[in-house]
Amino acid sequence: MSDAVLPAIERPRAQPMGESGLVKGLLIGTALLFLTAFLFLPLITVFLEGFRKGADVFFDSFSDPDTMAAVKLTLLVAAIAVPFNALVGIAASWAIAKFNFAGKNLLLTLIDLPFSISPVISGLVYVLLFSAHGWLGPWLIANDIEIIFAVPGIVLATVFVTFPFVARELIPLMQSQGTSEEEAALTLGASGFHTFLRVTLPNIKWALLYGVLLCNARAMGEFGAVSVVSGHIRGLTNTMPLHIEILYNEYNFVAAFAVATLLAGLALLTLVAKSFLEWRYAGELAASHRH
Amino acid sequence: MSVAVTVKNLTKSFGRYPALGGVSLQVEAGELVALLGPSGSGKTTLLRAVAGLEQIDGGQVFFGDIDANQLTLRERRIGFVFQHYALFRHMPVMDNIAFGLRARPRKTRPSAQAIRDKVSELLSLVQLDGLEARYPSQLSGGQRQRVALARALAIEPRVLLLDEPFGALDAKVRKDLRKWLRDLHQRTGHTTLFVTHDQDEAFELADRIAILNLGKIEQIGTAAEIVRSPKTSFVEDFVQDIDLKRAPPARDKPAARLSLI
Repeated sequence: MSDAVLPAIERPRAQPMGESGLVKGLLIGTALLFLTAFLFLPLITVFLEGFRKGADVFFDSFSDPDTMAAVKLTLLVAAIAVPFNALVGIAASWAIAKFNFAGKNLLLTLIDLPFSISPVISGLVYVLLFSAHGWLGPWLIANDIEIIFAVPGIVLATVFVTFPFVARELIPLMQSQGTSEEEAALTLGASGFHTFLRVTLPNIKWALLYGVLLCNARAMGEFGAVSVVSGHIRGLTNTMPLHIEILYNEYNFVAAFAVATLLAGLALLTLVAKSFLEWRYAGELAASHRH
Repeated sequence: MSVAVTVKNLTKSFGRYPALGGVSLQVEAGELVALLGPSGSGKTTLLRAVAGLEQIDGGQVFFGDIDANQLTLRERRIGFVFQHYALFRHMPVMDNIAFGLRARPRKTRPSAQAIRDKVSELLSLVQLDGLEARYPSQLSGGQRQRVALARALAIEPRVLLLDEPFGALDAKVRKDLRKWLRDLHQRTGHTTLFVTHDQDEAFELADRIAILNLGKIEQIGTAAEIVRSPKTSFVEDFVQDIDLKRAPPARDKPAARLSLI
């Protein structure tokens, strides 16, 4: 219908699927309010508290050798746990998505286990196994191996808690991609390894990256499981989250929040890296989802 | 070069469901044979078993006089075109077609220049000149199909196996490609087995047709033989609407075929 026929009536165009302006405003407003109250404000508080007594005091907090030891330990644990979980996660997803075997559902359930039980329990399991009074304790003492209240225990607990991140990210993707590209590569004469490197890995690299980033964030931030096995020995077995708690309990608020800003900063950096990669490779990302 | 394919008494079951119940089949070198049957008849399983993609329970497959069970997937040198093409989605057309050549061990791998030449030769064979840099998602269905074919031909296969080659295409493209594939086969002379559930497609394209039902071959023969004297009531039922005029004329053995390889 042309405007010439109905010149006088100027109605707002009806939107059959749309909401009214009021509902839209309410929804957006609620979401914003929630995000501000529960996400942005706490984050800003962390930074404000850290800098409350000025930048000098803030940076002084990091000259404390115990703090530096906590930072180093956190990075070390993440550097071991993340690559390990990436490798094992790829292997598990590959097995589950591309092959049929008895016990597949059991394996899937096991992968979810660390998500479904409390991290404190995860830590306690290792204490029961490896501590002086645990099942393997006497043998470990006899052979002079320290696990609980030492770095190996912290690494073990972190690996356990962060295991599902990579696998959970990869399994649905690999299942939806099916096996025909791999089969094509094999009929074209590629070896299994070549097929994995040239066909499978490029198809999963984005999901893998997300999985690794999430895994890393959790590995650096894990508190519960690590707290149980660490023993809280200053300068030796304190990771950053544990160290923050100790500082806070000692009423050393500026130092506590200073270390917290570092931890929050690492998380923010992770997010920035993810966004940057998404932006940089947007075209490629779209291409791998289409088809 | 092309070889004859002999299938002897092939059996395969999935759990308790028998997919192939003792299938035997003889395909001459350079022949174009259709495996025709309703869904669930075992035709795709048979094709995958010949390719080596499916572990078989019993029986043998020969390429010429080589027992294929002794060969690895690489040594079989099968050109397999998947139903949905299975193109490598993150690679441009060039890399897709070159994949098989680049995957060879260093000793037998052609030089980069030779690979490039081969790819452009294949691209003009499948009439896709100039599309080297496109990604599969930027191609039409018919173009993807031809890239998949070029990729399979690149490894100089002993045998070409096509799984529902036109299944995912619309009717018009399907007709064009059928004729085109027929011409291509005429020129290159690969022993070719293809799976289809479409009677017209089988009768129009193939030198001989194997009709499968419930994991067994009901009848194998030329279009004329099958239509004039169907051996079983299933075959009679299955081909009753076939118009023989559309079937390809009987051909002589490939004499002066353009040698691609």
